[in-house]
Amino acid sequence: MEQDTPILEVERVSLRFGGVRALTDVSFSVPRGELFSIIGPNGAGKTSMVNCISGRYRPTEGRILFDGRDITALGPNKRAGLGIGRTFQNLALFGHMSVLDNILVGRHHLMRHGFLTGMVYWLFGAQREELAHRRAVEDIIDFLEIQHIRKAAAGTLPYGLRKRVELARAIALRPRLLLLDEPMAGMNLEEKEDMARFIVDLNEEWGMTVIMIEHDMGVVMDISHRVIVLDFGRKIAEGTPEQVLADPHVKRAYLGEEDELLIDETERAG
Amino acid sequence: MQWDLLLQLTLNGLIVGALYGVVAMSFVLIYKASQVVNFAQGEFLLIGAWTCWWLLTEFRLPFVWGFLLTLVFMTIFGVLLQVIVLRPLIGEPVISVIMVTIGLSIFFQALMKWMFGVFAEPFPPIFETQAVRIAGLEVQSVYLLSLVISLAIMAAFAWFFTASKYGLAMRATAFDQQVAQSLGISVRMVFAMAWAISAIVSAVAGVVVGVVNGVSSGLSFYGIKVFPAVILGGLDSVLGAVLGGIIIGLLENIAHFFDSTILHWGNMFQIAPFYVLIVILLIKPYGLFGTRNIERV
Repeated sequence: MEQDTPILEVERVSLRFGGVRALTDVSFSVPRGELFSIIGPNGAGKTSMVNCISGRYRPTEGRILFDGRDITALGPNKRAGLGIGRTFQNLALFGHMSVLDNILVGRHHLMRHGFLTGMVYWLFGAQREELAHRRAVEDIIDFLEIQHIRKAAAGTLPYGLRKRVELARAIALRPRLLLLDEPMAGMNLEEKEDMARFIVDLNEEWGMTVIMIEHDMGVVMDISHRVIVLDFGRKIAEGTPEQVLADPHVKRAYLGEEDELLIDETERAG
Repeated sequence: MQWDLLLQLTLNGLIVGALYGVVAMSFVLIYKASQVVNFAQGEFLLIGAWTCWWLLTEFRLPFVWGFLLTLVFMTIFGVLLQVIVLRPLIGEPVISVIMVTIGLSIFFQALMKWMFGVFAEPFPPIFETQAVRIAGLEVQSVYLLSLVISLAIMAAFAWFFTASKYGLAMRATAFDQQVAQSLGISVRMVFAMAWAISAIVSAVAGVVVGVVNGVSSGLSFYGIKVFPAVILGGLDSVLGAVLGGIIIGLLENIAHFFDSTILHWGNMFQIAPFYVLIVILLIKPYGLFGTRNIERV
């Protein structure tokens, strides 16, 4: 695979539900190793965009390329197998399973041994494989600092920790592209700082390309390399955090500074 | 009081209850994995038993081979049923799916009668000794075997759900299909597998009962007995299904004992489980082990 092919290319993607246009003609590409954020007001189509990438929705028009390969027609489980992991906006842990089991589910597609070969595991080295999986899961548990809750039922944990377990489960499948849908929603300042640190580490040390939707502008501007802004399903700006913040369209659409802009324009007119 | 009779009936209850438990488990498996209430579960027993009987009598296969071939057939049957009949129903209202499984039940019931007739047919004898005596009680050797098989299936289920890749995938799918897919699990595969395993396990129970009582359409009554068992245990709990099955088996036989010795109301054997079903639904609607959603505020 050529090193300078972007890991993800979104080409003129539109998504319609009946008469509702969730996305209109959105294009962008994400190079390998980038920490990329999608921002925009509520209902701008951010989650729809992530769902198109993860395969939950199929775009009405346009193409999505992963590693230069067209994945538009692939189902979500196939895409996970290719190396696209994700978290969900509304916590979606397996509430009655332990934290450990939740993370192990994330290893599903990496496990070669199934029902039958597992039964004769001493012949095929499934035990060795099991150990490797356990070790990988332990690495993740250490990294996210959730050792103390590993045996707890996921549904009983406080909110911040559940978010962390969900991240653990997503990275257990060793994604090359990690999609985070509002990883910090509903967290307090300390939890947000921890989460931001984990995301930066995943990006820099674990080498994962990250696409993140987040409402906390402080965090987005601090850690993202590049940002795109969606509004009413259209891309209205793209660039570094500074460029995007300075964009008048963004101010108008997202930051609620339309009055200021209006004043500017009336002043200029006057 | 006739203690001998009570003891004998209790033992019968345990053995039959373990079989109910096995059928209930396979019912719960389908419900958990694909959210389908399968009213045709009893017909799985019927089809499995008739297939095995047919292989043994028509081709004079040794029991082991006939039995194994039956399991292979049931695997294919379970997968095809899911893929052809139930997959297109994904996303349809629950009531439509229930109607379809009731339809399947009637269809297979009639098909089996058409193919194999309406009379009970005995299996060719499998064991040299028909009965053994344990602690002064007469126990049919097939009954003993059935208890062993039931326990083995239960152990296999426990292992499958807690320690195998597909068991974990199945639990994940039962919980949230979207999330399971995002983790690389093929939901179609999980559904097909759930139906196949359920069909196999039910067929094993069907063959065991068929060997004991002969094969007849009465076998599908096990599918009805499953309802008090699973509702007692909680619709989505495998452990609950096992215990529910054993309790229902015991209850039937003990009710039968009191009915035949003291009460003389008649037919308590058939009815008692359903009285219990109603009482349980009144006081514990989630069943003994059913999951209530964990609430956190």
